[in-house]
Amino acid sequence: MTTQNKKGTRRAFAAAYPSWFYLPAAVIFGILFLFPTFASLFFSLTRWTLFKYSFIGLDNFRQFFSEPFLVWGLINTLIYAVVTSGSKVVLGMLLGILLTSNVMMRGLLRAIVFFPVLVSTIGVGITFTMLMHPTNGLINDVIAVLGVKGPAWLTDPRFALLSVAFVDVWKGVGLATVIYIAGIVSIPAEYYEAAKMDGANALQRFWNVTLPLARPATVTVIILSLIGGLRSFDLIWAMTKGGPGFTTDVVASVIYKQYQAGFYGLSTAGNVVLFVLVAAIVVPLSFFLNRREVEA
Amino acid sequence: MTTKKLRYYATGILSLAVACVVFVVPFLFIIVNALKDKPEAARLHFTWPTETHLWENLVAVVQARDYMLITAFINSIVLTVVAVTGLVVFGAMVGFVLQRRPSRWSGLINFMVLAGLIMPPAVVPTIWLLQWLGLFKTLSGLILIEIAYSLSFSVLLFRAFIATIPRELDEAAILEGAGPFTLFFRVVLPLLKPVAVTVIVVQSVAIFNDFTNPLYYLPGAKNATVQLTLFNFQSMFNTSYNLLFMNILIITIPPLIMFLFFNRQIVEGMTAGAVKG
Repeated sequence: MTTQNKKGTRRAFAAAYPSWFYLPAAVIFGILFLFPTFASLFFSLTRWTLFKYSFIGLDNFRQFFSEPFLVWGLINTLIYAVVTSGSKVVLGMLLGILLTSNVMMRGLLRAIVFFPVLVSTIGVGITFTMLMHPTNGLINDVIAVLGVKGPAWLTDPRFALLSVAFVDVWKGVGLATVIYIAGIVSIPAEYYEAAKMDGANALQRFWNVTLPLARPATVTVIILSLIGGLRSFDLIWAMTKGGPGFTTDVVASVIYKQYQAGFYGLSTAGNVVLFVLVAAIVVPLSFFLNRREVEA
Repeated sequence: MTTKKLRYYATGILSLAVACVVFVVPFLFIIVNALKDKPEAARLHFTWPTETHLWENLVAVVQARDYMLITAFINSIVLTVVAVTGLVVFGAMVGFVLQRRPSRWSGLINFMVLAGLIMPPAVVPTIWLLQWLGLFKTLSGLILIEIAYSLSFSVLLFRAFIATIPRELDEAAILEGAGPFTLFFRVVLPLLKPVAVTVIVVQSVAIFNDFTNPLYYLPGAKNATVQLTLFNFQSMFNTSYNLLFMNILIITIPPLIMFLFFNRQIVEGMTAGAVKG
């Protein structure tokens, strides 16, 4: 009697967490995300009009790695991701330290730094296109006061990609900062007290306490901003549309351009290149960074 | 003591000044230019308008292209509300069972959640699929897409929060004879309010600001969302910067309201989601 009862209860507990709770999410995710991802592996090997396809083997990929403008997209993606991610780590950490210290109007400062994260990327892109206008823009007006003629930020091929990357950092550094704030706040105060007792100065305390103990925050910021940087499209599209020439084209904008031009197979191949790129960089890196963390 | 105080004020004022120049001036630039008339805004100067044209510019932007901004706002709000509702309910259901009853599927599901966070979606095959399903260029199609792409984030947050709810509570409800439906919707879901608020605010800002997915999956003038409308106004208003800035100003208001009321939840959600991801 009692065993039967127990069995019944156990079954009731198992039944309380039914597998069909997965169903709505699994259907939506499976059909609209997983299925197209697998389909893309196939269609990247075809010449495709959405209605008809012909199998052409690896030709799309061959084209992707031989056409200069497509190769540039690949290189620019890497530059953009590394530059934005690196800047967000450095600036986010500095701002995180400043905004956890005893600084005046700390709450207001945090709010000011964070707010751009929530603003429309297109709006930010358009605004900075105006601010970076070579002759009328506010940025060059300010530089002119110093007696220097500012460059054509977005139309000079030497500066265009870095200018867009700068705006990306401007908009995204607030997120890096709040992640660092959370990381730094969780470091126990005893470590700093002990370091102070040992006579460590501010720089030594930063180097030996803050930097190693805020490591989880650093890992998070690197991984998140690399994923964002490698996939980024909307800011670039709002500011330069990949121009001048192909100097600010990234893989994501190449995918869109090839799609618009009707080269669906090539566009899909670009997509496959992009997720191989993201997976090949992010997965080993997060594995490596997280393992080091455990050892330390 | 005095040098310490001096340093406190010096760093404080310096940081505030730098923050204002770097982060606040671009917003003020938007505001002053949204208030100018056309020739004055064309100069792109950072000056207070000689005459303010708030109402005129507002009306002009709203009326442009047959009240397109109104259509766009309605579309964006429907998109955001429905997609976020789906994300909360479906995400919480997955997070609940995933946390409470580990099984041989758990590893696969966790892998899928991570894949959904990291992998860029395959756009053209998705368009092909949506066409086949009759959902291409429809708001319902885009709603489902937004749910699919953001589910991972939602599941992560809910699972982490559900881990903090004591299991004894479920057991009590089960012994009272509650079925899975009652247990989840009557007992557990109401307790998830804090994390639900976080998911709601973070995801509504993200979906409201989304540009790429509407661009691909909801093209066409009738289907505009606010971000698409702004993007199209960029070429249409390339001589009327005052109206362009007014448009930016209008669509910045909803995130600003969210920020003023839910600053803490947004920051918490973004850092928690990030650290666990």
